[in-house]
Amino acid sequence: MERLEFRFAGRADAPAASDGEALVGVVGSGNLEVMIEQVDLGGECLVTVDTSINGFVETWESVLRDFMERHRLGNVRVSINDGGATPAVVALRLDQALANLGKPPR
Amino acid sequence: MIPPRHSYLEASARARLAGILDAGTFREFCGPRARQTSPHLPALGMPVAFDDGIVVGEGRIDGRPVLIAAQEGGFMGGAIGEVHGAKLAGLIERALDIRPDAVVLLLDSGGVRLHEANAGLIAMGEIQRAVFDARAAGIALVAVIGGRNGCYGGTSIVARSCDVIIASEEGRLSISGPEVIEAVEGIEEFDARDRALVWRTMGAKHRRLIGEIDILVRDDIDAFRDAIAGHIGDSRPMDLDALEAEHARLVDRLSRFRDAADGRDVWARLGVNDPDRVSDIEADEFNALVDALEGARR
Repeated sequence: MERLEFRFAGRADAPAASDGEALVGVVGSGNLEVMIEQVDLGGECLVTVDTSINGFVETWESVLRDFMERHRLGNVRVSINDGGATPAVVALRLDQALANLGKPPR
Repeated sequence: MIPPRHSYLEASARARLAGILDAGTFREFCGPRARQTSPHLPALGMPVAFDDGIVVGEGRIDGRPVLIAAQEGGFMGGAIGEVHGAKLAGLIERALDIRPDAVVLLLDSGGVRLHEANAGLIAMGEIQRAVFDARAAGIALVAVIGGRNGCYGGTSIVARSCDVIIASEEGRLSISGPEVIEAVEGIEEFDARDRALVWRTMGAKHRRLIGEIDILVRDDIDAFRDAIAGHIGDSRPMDLDALEAEHARLVDRLSRFRDAADGRDVWARLGVNDPDRVSDIEADEFNALVDALEGARR
């Protein structure tokens, strides 16, 4: 197991935290769960990854940076439990979690 | 036009809950943001889940208050570890305080999580006790089986201790799983790779025919919802008379089917004219068959 933590500057005009949350995915082989929470982080974004596969810190950094830049996020905390998902699956789950934020659970 | 079906089998635990409860009524207890994760898995180098593979809370079905749990079969086969078990036991114990119209358990589990076996076994005992306390208080418990993991091990005992069991054909119910039986008794006794044999032995149709589950529905969340809604508040007596009647039923069943070598032999003796077809028919036709058999017996 490896725990990775990332901090991203976030957009300057990020909306204030609204206490929303979304949880998508299930932890399993080749899969992961992503929880996004809207919290006041002074505009920053905080990502915590617990992964069963060690040694991929650069890959995680790239996928997460791409996600943050595409959506220009701020004041969100992303928490990930990973069972060895590929970068493409991670990117899809991140987008899915963001799409579900603020929607009733389904 | 064929109405749309939303597979219960394919849905996640949270999607099942959303489909079964009245819209907007669910309130989760100890949700993922509480991060009550397994204390044992990290020591074994295994990833945790924020909800430890179970969603518990309260909501309404047809406006009636229920407590409800849904096991997530995708996380460790829905197996019961320390936190998962504590959430389930706590939910059922809460029924004594708030007296809901039913406690609904969406089970999808291989039983105890072997990675935290001692804690899981203790949790199983606590769940079992909570089930009996709730039943003794006259609260209806509804077990629902239709996930990929079926309902095995200690979870199967919990299910059989409930007032009613609702399952789809895809659901299976047994103490030991196919692989366990093969490993212990040998492949000549039970070939775990023979899926048809597995379903003839543990599948929901067989369990319905021999009286171990109460309702068979098609694999559709709405069909499950309607079946659950029809049994809210439907508690059965749990007293000495009920227990003795059940024991008499089991003794009778054993003497009747002792030398049956296959599920099909059992079904033929129950009066099914064409046992080979049972595995192929849809839920509606199957239920008509069961009604005819039970009508003939009365």
